[in-house]
Amino acid sequence: MHELSICGSIAGIATRHAAGRAVKVINVRVGQLRQVVPDTLVYCWELVSADTPLAGSRISVETVPARIRCRSCEHVTDVGEVPVFVCEGCGGFDAEVISGEEFMITSLELEGAST
Amino acid sequence: MGRFHRHDDGTVHDHDHAGDHTHDTGDHSGYATGGERVEVLERIFDENDRTAAANRAEFAAAGVRVVNLMSSPGAGKTTLLRETLSRLAGQVRVGIIEGDIETSLDADKLAGFGAEIALINTGNGFGGECHLDAPMVRSALPRLPLADLELVVIENVGNLVCPAEFDVGEDARAMVYAITEGEEKPLKYPVMFRSCGLVVVNKVDLLPYLGFDMDGFLDNLRKVNPAAEVMMVSARTGDGIDAWCDWLRAL
Repeated sequence: MHELSICGSIAGIATRHAAGRAVKVINVRVGQLRQVVPDTLVYCWELVSADTPLAGSRISVETVPARIRCRSCEHVTDVGEVPVFVCEGCGGFDAEVISGEEFMITSLELEGAST
Repeated sequence: MGRFHRHDDGTVHDHDHAGDHTHDTGDHSGYATGGERVEVLERIFDENDRTAAANRAEFAAAGVRVVNLMSSPGAGKTTLLRETLSRLAGQVRVGIIEGDIETSLDADKLAGFGAEIALINTGNGFGGECHLDAPMVRSALPRLPLADLELVVIENVGNLVCPAEFDVGEDARAMVYAITEGEEKPLKYPVMFRSCGLVVVNKVDLLPYLGFDMDGFLDNLRKVNPAAEVMMVSARTGDGIDAWCDWLRAL
């Protein structure tokens, strides 16, 4: 639902790093706990990038699963489809999220022959 | 669209397959098809988070404590706030930042208790925003006499998804959950329930009529946020509102 405003932020970052060069692909890493719908992001990108220097580029989404590490027994648990933040090792509730909250642009792939 | 596939480390992503390749290591350098690759590694919420930090600094400089209040539509945020303002009037100088998609209906309900109210109408653009972000909150600050206030309540847009993603510069996050929403809400919206230090369970006056499983709800809440503080209230009857007001005073 907030993918439109997110696309605005992505456009700002991509434009700065592209520095005038044509962009083909924007690689985005999205953790499972980020409430971003990849298909919606791709669709919104078409709307946001249209009539800008980024028109014609596309977003490629890399999804990172959520994992937690128990603070008492150190066990690492996959959070799963229905996120339950309970340690599978000891049943403890005190766990830290070690992956799944990522939300970043990792790289840009530029158009054209570079060499 | 490309194809989704999974790496050994569980990472899943998609991209176009322009030719034969392998990627046992997750190294994508072999993908370049003539174009150049630019490393970015920049967090997409950086801009929001920088503005949130600026908001936080401004609140701190004015000596104001700030709570970001979230809920689904109809959980009773505005009614709770109305009751809150009526109790804090004359004791705590309160400002309200009110996020609302189209109308000033909520702000109108809160008028008359001596609180300063700044409305952020989020209806510009594509059918309205579903959340408040840090720049929107920043735009409301000039309309609040921060130096004269002790507490600012940011009433976020009614939505259990998007507001959880955006730091707006608050000191604490609280949510209003109504028992009419069902016991499974924490499991359906874990990010929201995890992001809050306090869950205000509202409409408890309806308990005799709903067959609501409170233990089941609290169990689900504990699965996603074991540290959350819980308060039982009825904004309609006033039950529990004093405890919530004490929580606000102690922020």
